[in-house]
Amino acid sequence: MNIEDIRSILGAKYLVGEEWKDREVHTACGSDMMSDVLAFMKDQSVLLTGLCNLQVIRTCEMMDIICIVFVRGKLPDEAMIEMAKEKGIAVLSTGHRMFAACGMLYENGLRGGPDYK
Amino acid sequence: MSNMIHMSYEVPPGDFTRAGEASSNLKSSLKKMGVNPEIVRKVAIAMYEGEINMVIHATGGKIDVVVSPEEIEMVLKDQGPGIANIELAMQAGYSTAPDNIRNLGFGAGMGLPNMKKYSDEFKIESTVGVGTTVTMKVKME
Ligand SMILES: Nc1ncnc2c1ncn2[C@@H]1O[C@H](COP(=O)(O)OP(=O)(O)OP(=O)(O)O)[C@@H](O)[C@H]1O
Ligand SMILES: [Mg+2]
Repeated sequence: MNIEDIRSILGAKYLVGEEWKDREVHTACGSDMMSDVLAFMKDQSVLLTGLCNLQVIRTCEMMDIICIVFVRGKLPDEAMIEMAKEKGIAVLSTGHRMFAACGMLYENGLRGGPDYK
Repeated sequence: MSNMIHMSYEVPPGDFTRAGEASSNLKSSLKKMGVNPEIVRKVAIAMYEGEINMVIHATGGKIDVVVSPEEIEMVLKDQGPGIANIELAMQAGYSTAPDNIRNLGFGAGMGLPNMKKYSDEFKIESTVGVGTTVTMKVKME
């Protein structure tokens, strides 16, 4: 699955990084708690979150997460958009809520990481 | 020694939005030095958790980093309130963060366990009323 597939499955729109739409995504993580996200180390992941502040972009930067999907129609501010552009992170926004958005991606074959140890 | 690189970062107090700048700068520097991306990520995550803790639980502080051919050492030092029970603080899920911090996406009680998980050596020293020092080492290989 690539970033464009995620956009299309979730009926989302690009806020940053339409030019990176062909990048492959291997795993996903859905959380509003950043340390939960930071506990999970996987390559080429997408983060789904309802949290909308600068630390979301920072967390993705540290984790090398390549795409963020804001659920429930959340829209990042200008500072977040700028930082995502600078760090090369694609940003999408969808009207779906967390549970539905994760379920739709799962149904299309995307999986999470291993269980927490 | 000539093959050791020292870097030092100030972490300003209170400013939650700016928290993470030191970790971001270190990450860029390590990438430029050509350090293995897997190692860079471990260092970045561990330092970021520590940096956020310094802002949320203390009053900022100072981070010293030494990069040598064998390892990357990070020393995070603050003059915050200190931790009374380190064993308890190290437990996954234990947090004293207030609701306003939880609404900002932190306070899951996962930061210290993550720092331990991503570093090869982890040490925390703390004195109530004096401050906390966390030392972490990540091996290059
Ligand atoms: N630098 C520090 N100074 C004082 N207390 C600290 C410091 N770092 C951690 N603590 C204490 O240890 C607890 C656990 O820290 P930890 O980083 O694991 O979780 P958290 O910061 O509360 O939540 P999270 O990291 O998941 O966002 C904190 O809630 C706090 O009480
Ligand atoms: Mg923490």
